[in-house]
Formats: sequence, C-alpha cells, structure tokens
Amino acid sequence: MSLFFIVALPFFGALLPGLMNSAGRSACAGVTFTITLAAFVGLLTNLPAIIAGDIVMARVDWMPALGLNFTLMLDGLGFFFALLILGIGLLIIAYARQYLSRNDHMGEFFTYLLLFQGAMVGIVLSDNILLLLIFWELTSLSSFLLIGYWKHLPEGRQGARMALTVTGMGGLAMIAGMLILGQIAGSYDLSVILQNRELIQADPLYLPALILILLGCFTKSAQFPFHFWLPHAMAAPTPVSAYLHSATMVKAGIFLMARMWPVLSGTPEWFVIVTTAGLVTMVLGAVIALFKHDLKALLAFSTVSHLGLITMLLGTGTAFGAMAAVFHILNHATFKAALFMSAGIIDHEAHTRDIRRLGGLRTLMPVTFVIVCLAALSMAGIPLLNGFLSKEMMLEEANHTKLFGSPWLVPVLATVGSLFSAAYSFRLIGHVFLGPVRDDYPAKPHDPGAGLWLPPALLIVPVIVIGVAPFVAEPFVKLVTAAVLGTAADLPSAHLKIWHGLVPALYMSIIAVVGGLGMLAIFNPALRLWENARRPEAKVIFEWLVESSARLAQLLILPLHNGSFSRYAAIGTIAIVIAGYYAWATGTIGAPTYAMQTADPVLISGWCMLVAATLGMVFLHRNRFLSLILIGIVGLMVSIGFVFLSAPDLAMTQFTVEVVTIILMLLALNFLPNRTPIESSVLRRTRDAGVATAGGLASFALAYHYLLRDPVGAPISEFHLANSYKGGGGTNVVNVILVDFRGFDTFGEIIVLSIAALLIYALTETLLDGPVRARLLNRTPDQPRAGDRHPMMMVVLTRGMMPVVMMVGFYIFLSGHNEPGGGFIAGLIVSIGVVMQYMASGFAWTSARLKYPYHGVIGAGVLVAGFTGIGSWFVDKPFLTSDFTYVRIPPFEKFELATAALFDVGVFLSVVGAVMLSLESFSRLARRAETPESLHPMDIDPSRTDPPDVQMKPEGS
Amino acid sequence: MELILASAIGIMTAAGIYLVLRLRTFPVILGISLLTYAVNVFLFTSGRARVGAPPVLRDDITTYTDPLPQALVLTAIVISFGMTAVIVMISLGAFLGSDDDQVNDQPDPPQDRSEGSS
Repeated sequence: MSLFFIVALPFFGALLPGLMNSAGRSACAGVTFTITLAAFVGLLTNLPAIIAGDIVMARVDWMPALGLNFTLMLDGLGFFFALLILGIGLLIIAYARQYLSRNDHMGEFFTYLLLFQGAMVGIVLSDNILLLLIFWELTSLSSFLLIGYWKHLPEGRQGARMALTVTGMGGLAMIAGMLILGQIAGSYDLSVILQNRELIQADPLYLPALILILLGCFTKSAQFPFHFWLPHAMAAPTPVSAYLHSATMVKAGIFLMARMWPVLSGTPEWFVIVTTAGLVTMVLGAVIALFKHDLKALLAFSTVSHLGLITMLLGTGTAFGAMAAVFHILNHATFKAALFMSAGIIDHEAHTRDIRRLGGLRTLMPVTFVIVCLAALSMAGIPLLNGFLSKEMMLEEANHTKLFGSPWLVPVLATVGSLFSAAYSFRLIGHVFLGPVRDDYPAKPHDPGAGLWLPPALLIVPVIVIGVAPFVAEPFVKLVTAAVLGTAADLPSAHLKIWHGLVPALYMSIIAVVGGLGMLAIFNPALRLWENARRPEAKVIFEWLVESSARLAQLLILPLHNGSFSRYAAIGTIAIVIAGYYAWATGTIGAPTYAMQTADPVLISGWCMLVAATLGMVFLHRNRFLSLILIGIVGLMVSIGFVFLSAPDLAMTQFTVEVVTIILMLLALNFLPNRTPIESSVLRRTRDAGVATAGGLASFALAYHYLLRDPVGAPISEFHLANSYKGGGGTNVVNVILVDFRGFDTFGEIIVLSIAALLIYALTETLLDGPVRARLLNRTPDQPRAGDRHPMMMVVLTRGMMPVVMMVGFYIFLSGHNEPGGGFIAGLIVSIGVVMQYMASGFAWTSARLKYPYHGVIGAGVLVAGFTGIGSWFVDKPFLTSDFTYVRIPPFEKFELATAALFDVGVFLSVVGAVMLSLESFSRLARRAETPESLHPMDIDPSRTDPPDVQMKPEGS
Repeated sequence: MELILASAIGIMTAAGIYLVLRLRTFPVILGISLLTYAVNVFLFTSGRARVGAPPVLRDDITTYTDPLPQALVLTAIVISFGMTAVIVMISLGAFLGSDDDQVNDQPDPPQDRSEGSS
C-alpha cells in the first residue's frame, strides 16, 4: 500500500468514530479497529521491500519554494516504529472498548486516538523534516486531547496542560533546530541531510542546532529535567497511558534521536549531553518509581527511567549502543504496555490503584497475576525474559563507556539504576499480588473478561519468545539497527544471546537483582527516609514558573491594555501621525507635476454642504437622529462628488449603500438611547479635538500633496484600459476589472460580505436565545409608536414600485458590462426594493411571501461565482479565466454572452442575500420586541371584513 | 479643486477621529463611517481627480480617468457596509445584554448579573 494511505487512513478514519457514536459502542470501536488494521496490513505489504533493504519513498511537491514537500520514506527504523504504533494501537483499541465505561463518550475517544495515531505514523514516515515538525506538533495537540479526555477531573486538565506546555515548548525549540539543520544541509529532506554528516558537524551552528533539537526530543521523551510531565499525564484513562507512554508518544523523542543518529552523534557534545541526561534520568526515575504508591505513577516513573536508559545507549554513539537501544525499545514497548494495561485492570476491578491498599491479589486475580509477573520480571531483568537481554547489552555498553574521564562512573550508575529498577519491579509483584488476602478492598477483585486481559496477554507472548529464543528477533533488530546507523557506522557483529559467559555485565546484573531484593526487604525504613528527605517538587516549580511568567506578562500588558478603547484609538492615531511626520521630515518631496485645476461651482457648493454636515455631526452628535440625518447628507455629497469626478459606478454604489446603511442604523437606534450624555470633561474634549485636528491636518496634507503629483512608479491602469474591450469584452472598465481582471479579489470580497451577514445572523440568534429575549419582550419603547404603522398610501405605492425597481435592477445588471452598473449595484437596488416592502407592509407579511431564505441566496451566489471560476478548469485555464462571444438570435440585435456575466450573477445574489440577511436580522429583534405583529399589510384596510382593534393613541410614554 | 478634495478628506478624517474618541458606541460607529468616507475618497483620488472622463470606453474618446482605484473603492464601499452592520450588531448586542452602551470597560459593572432573568 502506498505510504500516503498508511498516513492518511487514521486521519480520514478519525471522522468515522464520531459519526458512528450513535451506532453503538462496539460499532464505534469496531470501525476504529478496522481502520487501524487496514493501515497495519498496508504497512505489512511493504515488509518484503524493507527486508530486501530497499527504502520505500512517496513524494508530492507541496511548497517546493519553501523546501516543504510531502515526502514520505519507509526504511527499517520507520517500519519498526510504525509497526509498534499500529500493532500496539490495535491491542489498545480492543482493550479500550472494554475499559471505558458507559459514561465515557466513545466516539470522541476514538477520534482523538486515531488523530494521535495518524500523527505518530506521520512522524516516523516523514522524509521531510518540516513535515515531520507538523506531525510532531500534531502529536502534542492530540495527546493533549487524550490526556485531558476526562475533562471533569482537574488532574486530567492540569496534566494535559502541563504535557502540552512542556512538549509544545520543546517542539518550538525543535522547529528552530530543524530550520538551522536544513539551512546547513541546504535541504529539508532527511535523505539528503543524513548524507551530510561531515558538513553538518563541521558547521559552527551545529551545537545550537543540536541543543535545540535535543530540547525537543528530551521534552517529548521525558528526559531529565523535563521528566516531570509524564507522571502527571497519568491522569488520562489507562488505555491512553498504555498507548502514549509505553510505545508511542514518549518514544517519538527517542525515534528522532535514532533518526538523526548518523548526522548528530559521535561528537563530544552529543556524547556528554545525551549520555548524561539519559543516565541521570535512568537513576532518578528508578529511585522515584520505587517509592510511588500509585500503580500508574510507579509505571510512569519506570517509563521515565527506561527512556533514560535508551537515551543513554544512543548517547554513547557506538554501533553496539544503537543496537542495544533498538532492542530495548522493542522489549520495553511489549512489557510496559502489558503492565499499563494490567494496572488498568487492577484499577477497574479493585477500584483503587494505591499499592498500600492492595496485596494478596494472587489468588483472586490469577490471570492478571501471571501477566504482571512475567512482564515485571522482564522489566527487572530476569533471564529467559526479553528485558534481561537488552539490559545485559546496556550493562555491557556501560562497561565500555567513559564519562567525564572516569571509567567507573557510568557502570556504577547503570548498576544502581538497574538495582532500583529490579526493586520496583519486585515491589510491584510483592506488594500487589503476594501477601495475605485482605478484606478491605474498595471492591471485590476478580479477573476480568477476556476482552480486558487478552490484549496484555498477547504482549506477553513476545516477551517470552524473545527471552527464550533471542535469535528470532535478531534479524529484525539488525535490520532496524542498520537503518539507524545508515552510512555512519558498520553493523555490529555481536549476536543476541542469553549466555555470554562470565562477563562483567553478568556480575552487574546479579548485583542489581540481588540488591533489588535486598532493597525490597528494607523497603519500610527506606520509605521513611525518603519521605522525610527534602526534595524539590517538580510540579510546584513548574507551576511557579508558569505563574511568574503570567504575572510578568500581566505587569507588561495591563497598564497598556486597560480596556479603554478610546485610549487605544487616541494612542493609535497619535502614533500614526508621528510615523507620518517622521516620514515627511526625513524624506524628500518632489515638485508638483500638475497645476491645480479650477473648481466648479457645483463642487464648491457640494463641499460647503459636506463641511457643514460634518461639522454639524461633531457639534450635534449627542442628538442621535439628527446626526444620522447629517451623515446621510455627507454620504450624498460624497456620491455627488463621485458623479462629478467621472466615477458613475462609485456614485451609484455609494448612493444605494447609503440608503441601506441609514435603514440599518435606524433599526439599531430603535433600541439604543436617542441621546448621548455628556460624560467627558472640557479638558478631555479639548485633548480629543487636538488629536482629531492633528489627524485631519495630516491626512489633508497627504492628500493635497498626492493629488498634485504623479505616482513614483507607473500605474498598471493603462493595461486595464487597453485590454478591457479586447480581452474582457466590456467597455465599462470598472466592471470588467471587478468581474474579470481582478475577479478573484471580488470572489474573496463577496465571501467576506457573506460571512459578515452570517455573523450578524448568528449574533441575532444568540441574543434571541439568551436572557436578552426576556428583556426585549418586557421592553417599553421610549418613543411614541405610530398609530398607523403600515399606512395604506405607502403600501400601495411601494407595491406599485416593486416591479419598476426590479426592472431597473435588471437593466443595471445587464448593462453593467458596457455601461455603469453591474452585480454589486443591481444587488443593492433590488435589496432596497425588498426593504421597502418590509417597511411598508410589515415583517410578517413580507416574510410569508419570500420563497427563498436569504442564507440560501448567499450560498447560491458564492456557489455560482465559484463554479463559474471552476468552469475554466475544464478548458485547462486557471481559475476564473473568462471568455465571451457575440451571438445573434434573429429578432434581436447582436449581443454579447460572457462568462463574466455569470460571475456577476453570483456577485448579485451574494449582495442581495447579505444585505437582506443583515437587515432582516435587525428587524427580527424589533419584531420580538413588539407584540403581536399583524399578518395584514395594512393596519387600516377598508376592504377587510375583520377590522383589527387599532390603537389610535400612542402607546408607551 | 485639489484643495477642495484634500480639505474635504481632512475635515472628514478630523471629525471621524473626534467621534471615534467619544465614550458611547453610537458616535463611535458614526465616526468610523466618516473615516470610511475619508479613506474611500482618498483612495479614489489616488487615481487623480478628472472631470468628465468616466472609464467607459467610447470610440472617439481617448482620455479616461484611472479605473483601477474606482474598482477597488467600489468593493470597499460594499464591504464597509458589511463591517458597519457587524459593529452595529455587536454594539447593539452589548447594549441589550447589559443596558450599557459605553465603549470603555467599566471598573465596576453597574448592572447586577441576575438582572436579565428577573
């Protein structure tokens, strides 16, 4: 199967569980299982190629200019991890079906799980490091959702937040590191980067890149000092813990270190950083794990410890170390997933995970006992189980590693880590299963159904098989190791076997196991010592860090951002004026290229009215109705100015928009107070007037100078004038620009307009559903209502005018390509015609006569415009390429047919729909406010036989 | 003529800024509308002010005004209607929700939270 499908299957499949939720819990789990199985089988179909040593590639250029390509690569290492992710994923899905209770939303869980799975598979199959980063961040996000799945638990939410913060910060660091790496290598493709070891290691930026990438890996794989998030993420449901924290998420950092091993390892910096971090994590995790009473916390810290072990092995930089690391990844994934699932079983059956409240479960839960026993002994490093083999290899490698000039530091610490590892494994068995049967369990424990114990039991099979017959796993481990090593080192000749002779590693192993048993014997005094010791609590430090950075941010932001909009506006205006002044003062201005033109008396009188109305608004703005009339005058004068200055299209648009805007404001003013109170002091008004004058003078100066000079660059307008008729088939250049040359802009603009209208509709709906509704119903109008709200004269007039308006709109639409007009203006005109019906005959009457909802009209408009654009694909032209032809149908004269006209239909429909939906939403508020709306067009209608009870006296005060 | 246009732009801008700095939503909306006019006229005049030369092609005419700013301003006018409608709606919703049409955040909410349901 193509690699694309393997990655895409979980992502697309993630849509299904949510949809299947109502089909039942088993169907939900079943579909998730099937999707994962399909991806798993798809992966296996690539196995022959991998065994043959090939690298399977799949490539699609995405953004080649940025070096971002959708390139996938499958080699031994990627195959190994993908196998773990999908294989253990299958078991987890089966387990989760049984584990989640009836109250848990199954569809949600499996959707998150599949998203996570897809992101993980994406990481391990990416060939492009930018693509890898995208998947990397996706795992952080989806694991956040999974860890916080039980949203009602505060620990779940805190744990999820902490995991997201830590891994997200690491991810950010890694993005920087990867970008540096890509810059050094000159390519973002892993296959290229992996070939450039010398070039990268010689670069002065190698160290920063290494540190940044390792930050990403260490945070993800919970290495010291970032180990603290993992135990807190245990608040997740157990299937999540088992999946994320044994085989997948936390192994992502390990995977990346292994992936980058050929280029990054082998330098002293890599050796010191990685080995030390791994060693410290291993010992620290093991010691903390021993003293944890929560089963899952114990397992979490043991995971931290084992991840440290693997990191240390990768850090040594030898081929043998890499092979041991690969082998331990495999072994750890099997026994740890089994242990997590078993811990879930115990929690499920005994209703507690506290080791102090357990014990003696041996006879009560025999099946679980066997599973835990085998897995824990493997973790402790007991022969004939797989954990022993990789631990021996680790000790062997530690024996040859010299850190900080000391030959015994690493071996001793490795032994100490193993000792504690053995101790907590024994404690897990001893304190939970052995000992006397108690009578105070929170619930009566017994073995669960096969659905729960079968998945961990299946994982025990490889634990034993590899442990007894390591040669079974050897070819596979060597295959993966070869992929890790790449061309940087030769495959080690050592074999995986149980008996190596009386080597130092064996003695270290014996010391660890015996010491572990001894540690358990003195557990109680050791625990008291541990509990009395003062030690830093990582969570407290983390929270302190988060809080202090939040406080710092508040300290910076709150004084600036204090909720005073007027202040922001004033500061913004002053800043713009100062920036403009700076440009003015430092730049040079050329001589005027035009002489001033003489002004026409019409223009001067228009200017006088505009200035009078504008000043009137400033001084009389407290009277809101008056200021509305005044702004209408300003708008009219602007329209007349457009007529005068050779812009007929603009004039028509401005004029019609003016009408609908005023209607809209009137509708709003219906609810708002009619007067603005005096609130600001004289001083403040003087200050505002000063700011306003500065802004006004600045824009005056800019406009005045600009109007008298040619632009510096040659404008592109000549092209439009020259090609409008030849290329666009229309003589109205403005319209041809809108529907043809810059059709894509227009397409975006009608979408913006539509979204604005839908937003208004949504806000209205929200208001009418909330407490505002009651307020509207109880509202008494503050103005006297008209006794005859729908006067007969107006009803008759508007109805007569409706066909005329429609015809004018139709005409303007059709003539738009060659004469002033077009879809925008026609849409506004038709809207005004419909609005007149609302005003004259009432909301209910008009609504009852509308065939199509306005949303539909908006949608139809955008779709028509969009499909017109797509149409040009069928003739192999780019989106929205237009074409036109002239036809002659006998009784008529020759006329033009253009695809641009079809696009204009889309514009027309969107404008009508958007304008009407906005106005209708406002009126709906008014309609709820006033009781009851007449269904008749006229309040006083002589032809009606049931004259309504008309209130001739104004209601309200 | 240039002086007239530039001064009209300047006066509308000044009045717009002054109204935007007021404390209640309605004058602020009017101020934004005035600023919209000023900006649209400014953009329009960037194609030069010409009388009697509309960009509608005719056989015997060779001088036309610049069509491009006109096309851009046309959509700007329509979109500014949409934006005005949205801010009017938001201010209306805010007023209906809290009986308060002040623009700035108030230190102490003057209204009781349970008021709407009474």
